[in-house]
Amino acid sequence: MSRPVLQVDKLSMEFGGIRAMCELDLEVHKGQIVALIGPNGAGKTTFFNCVTGIYRPTGGNVFLNPPNGAKPIRLNGLKPNQVTEKGMARTFQNIRLFQKMTVLENVMIGRHCRTSSYIFGAVFRTRSTLREERETVEKSHLILQKVGLANAVNELAENLPYGAQRRLEIARALATEPFLLLLDEPAAGMNPQETQELDELINRIRDEGHSILLIEHDMKLVMSLSDKIYVVDYGRKIAEGSPREVSSDPAVIKAYLGEDIDA
Amino acid sequence: MFSFEQLKKSLLVSLWFAFLTFPLLVIKVDPIERTVLWRWENMAFVAIGSFLISLLVHVFYKQQERRRVRRAAGGIVESEPLIQVILKEPKYLYPMSIAVLLCSLVFPHLFSTYQTNILITALMYVMLGLGLNIVVGLAGLLDLGYVAFYAVGAYSYALLNYHFDVSFWIALPIGALLAAMFGVLLGFPVLRLRGDYLAIVTLGFGEIIRLILENWNEFSQGPSGISNISRPGFFGMELSLDSAILYLYYIMIAMVVFTIFVVNRLQDSRIGRAWVALREDEIACQAMGIDKRKTKLTAFALGATWAGMVGVIFAAKTTFINPASFTFLESAIILCIVVLGGMGSIFGVIVGALVLILLPEYLRALSDYRMLAFGAVLVTMMIFRPQGVVANIRRSYQFKPKPESEGR
Repeated sequence: MSRPVLQVDKLSMEFGGIRAMCELDLEVHKGQIVALIGPNGAGKTTFFNCVTGIYRPTGGNVFLNPPNGAKPIRLNGLKPNQVTEKGMARTFQNIRLFQKMTVLENVMIGRHCRTSSYIFGAVFRTRSTLREERETVEKSHLILQKVGLANAVNELAENLPYGAQRRLEIARALATEPFLLLLDEPAAGMNPQETQELDELINRIRDEGHSILLIEHDMKLVMSLSDKIYVVDYGRKIAEGSPREVSSDPAVIKAYLGEDIDA
Repeated sequence: MFSFEQLKKSLLVSLWFAFLTFPLLVIKVDPIERTVLWRWENMAFVAIGSFLISLLVHVFYKQQERRRVRRAAGGIVESEPLIQVILKEPKYLYPMSIAVLLCSLVFPHLFSTYQTNILITALMYVMLGLGLNIVVGLAGLLDLGYVAFYAVGAYSYALLNYHFDVSFWIALPIGALLAAMFGVLLGFPVLRLRGDYLAIVTLGFGEIIRLILENWNEFSQGPSGISNISRPGFFGMELSLDSAILYLYYIMIAMVVFTIFVVNRLQDSRIGRAWVALREDEIACQAMGIDKRKTKLTAFALGATWAGMVGVIFAAKTTFINPASFTFLESAIILCIVVLGGMGSIFGVIVGALVLILLPEYLRALSDYRMLAFGAVLVTMMIFRPQGVVANIRRSYQFKPKPESEGR
């Protein structure tokens, strides 16, 4: 098999004396949807924050292998914006949209690291700046069409209904042109109808060639989407495998349902 | 019309105010005659006045509450205020701006030099406001030491002129550049700070600059300041006082137009969007690939550039500067302009500057009460319209039905 797109080696994170994450290994291969699940407080979001550069992990390595065959990139110590530039984008568990900006502008922000015009270009409206702006608007609009928000381009993000805000977050992340997309509980708070749409959306994104790593509590969604599941508890990996393997793993059942008294 | 509850609350308010102002407004002790004058009528005025105002506020709140309920139920469609419509539609906006520009061009020929002078000051604050608007309104970095950059600009012209006889037009870019450098200098240590902490550090920075200017006598001549700074020269000609003011007025108009032009283009650009994103959510902003350092420093530097330019103009206008012109109060007024006018809105900031600078000038007739009136205006504004006179509107884009079509 080819090199995994994302390769995490023995990643650890300590806050003071608390071990939030302990020697976690994880791989995402090209075109895969990989899920990271576990009870609340298991360290899933900590994992995301370490991988994306918001936290600086205390041990271990994170490598990104661009699918075009370029050299592996070591992500440790990079800032969040640099990580995004390398081709990995994320969404947030508690929605973090730019509330007072329009839907389109939110997505345009995602294009920031793929464009380069600056003060001079903005003030004098040079030809390259104008071309870049036009491209940004067009591409952002296309992405919004993809997630089904094309009719709300000029709405303020804060005025969108909840499910649409979630989709806008995904659109914004897609605008950074990532080959790996990290989704942090994309279905949280969604109704079954919205979850169904999300399922289709994520599948479509995968079919376009993005690899996806997602944290999710909605087991139905996880089981139907994922190619591979990692289960963590108390910062340690307790199981990995296909949805079927994981759902019958005794350690997972124990972590989720507690131990059987008779056993 | 008024509920019993409202009347009761207003009555309590009026009693409270009567009590508070009692020692100040009612009792008047004459130490020479050794008499005490009881001015009960003042108490009546205060009581009645505060009762009426409180009642008005309550009624207003009630109405707003009702509107909110109706809006939540989807009953009424908010109609856009006239001013927003004008600002949005180029077909109204361009003729309007040209009319305003023409009016301002003929203004000094219709009114006295005194009026022109006041307007120059107001225009200076328009520029300062627009500069600070980049930092506070767009990038959301609360800067309480903005006046420091203003001082840097003013002193760079004053000192260059004093020592090397540098002319206004050469000093203008130098002052702007120096202020921008100071902006970056301030920016570096505060990169990690937000909100209150940032405000305190910038406040300190402003005071440091002022104290240096006040105490480093060999450098800045201390509190006595620098005098005899030359006015802007008109192709080497010496101008009479009146025509110098006229000349300065036109320079100011040109500078303001230039500022509006630049800020307007910046705010809908890639960098402008990055500033707003930074204001809205710093973590998400970084996660979307925006370099926080660079974006913040650019905001500080650009904001400071404008303060530097106005500083140079200020020195040239007054021909005398000392540290007393660069106190915290200045920063506070400029911040008021931005907040009162409407954060992030160019038109709002212009209105804010004109109101806040011209109002105290023309309220001179009220002499003692003018600052009181000024304060009252600020308080009422913040209660009734916290988003400022003119709220910022984001640019909207039109798309033709076909997906391939060009944006805008």
